[in-house]
Amino acid sequence: MSIRKNIVFSDPIISNNPITRQVLGICSALAVTVKVDSAIVMAFALTFVLVGSNTIISILRKKIPSNVRIIVQLTIIATLVIMTDQLLKAFLFDISKQLSVFVGLIITNCIVMGRAEAFAMQNSLKDSLLDGLGNGIGYGAVLIIVAIIREFLGSGSIMNINLLPASMYVENGGWYVNNGLMLLAPGAFIVLGLLIWIQRTVTNYTEE
Amino acid sequence: MLEILEHYLSLATKSIFIENILLAYFLGMCSFLAISKKVETSIGLGIAVIFVNGITVPLNWLIKTYLLMPGALTWTGISGMDAVDLSFLTFITFIATIAASVQLVEMLLDKFSPSLYNSLGIFLPLIAVNCAILGSSLFMNERGYNLAESTVFGISSGIGFAMAIVMMSAIRFKLKYSNVPDGLKGLGITMILTGLLSMAYLSFSGIQL
Repeated sequence: MSIRKNIVFSDPIISNNPITRQVLGICSALAVTVKVDSAIVMAFALTFVLVGSNTIISILRKKIPSNVRIIVQLTIIATLVIMTDQLLKAFLFDISKQLSVFVGLIITNCIVMGRAEAFAMQNSLKDSLLDGLGNGIGYGAVLIIVAIIREFLGSGSIMNINLLPASMYVENGGWYVNNGLMLLAPGAFIVLGLLIWIQRTVTNYTEE
Repeated sequence: MLEILEHYLSLATKSIFIENILLAYFLGMCSFLAISKKVETSIGLGIAVIFVNGITVPLNWLIKTYLLMPGALTWTGISGMDAVDLSFLTFITFIATIAASVQLVEMLLDKFSPSLYNSLGIFLPLIAVNCAILGSSLFMNERGYNLAESTVFGISSGIGFAMAIVMMSAIRFKLKYSNVPDGLKGLGITMILTGLLSMAYLSFSGIQL
């Protein structure tokens, strides 16, 4: 049993990662990764919603009639997202402004719906909780890696701390210019595409 | 008159090309990646998104303006209603409106236009959880469009999504004949292609109408 728990928890972090393997929740993964701090907040917000929804749906799984289950799941998820949004607005107003509509879009994030439908509806409370936590961490890891690459190459900083000496830049007589493309949409797509390539080569997985 | 037309035309161009909902805001990626394998199905999903988006964005505008905004309930005439602020319910009402209107559209199409219903097939129920639909409503809310603007915005962001997905499925069709490295097959190469497509769309960003 303990081995199974381990797998339920650790599998989604690397080998069965929600973004790079299961192809879930791509929208927000791309949109909030311009800066590392917003990626971290988003990762926490999603993990909170995912653990909460998996737990609640797993408790209620025998009571939910299967023909209205989608609407029940959506209601539970939307309630959790409203809570998260209100908390972010109260305590982290600046980052909540940066995330703009993407906190609300956790409702339609495929990871939350997908795990509720594929895992929490069939499994016990403990397993669902661990599955939620594992998927949340797997999602957060990809988000933070993409954000580190994009923020470093795009603005020369990580967590708003400049890492490159100012004298390196062209305007101060140096040779370096920030790669502005990284901050725009194409940068996100290409960095994530390359990350997927690396993850799938390491775990030896080929899509047909 | 001409000025008003120009305003809506520029809003439409902006949301179709410059701020394409998929290639600039990443909304609707899940269905984009899953459906873009075949051209016919992409066209079906594209039309369904235009249709549902054109209905739900103005509908959500009405709900926001007459039920949820601070002071929105003043029209009921009940005293004390102008102090009520229900805007924290935005997400849950928007998603409920979307789910309900998708269901309604499905039933109406089934009754009045079975051929269109059959061609859209399974895509209609899928749309309820498409981020592009909820995203358009949330953008409408955040940018403070009026009713006419939100109708134009809803339809044209749907058109932007449809164009992107049809283009992608055509590229993926050609891709069947190329030799892609193992780990990059499927999702990986699609991501990179989407990146190139979105880079091409960046060239629209200078356009001003």
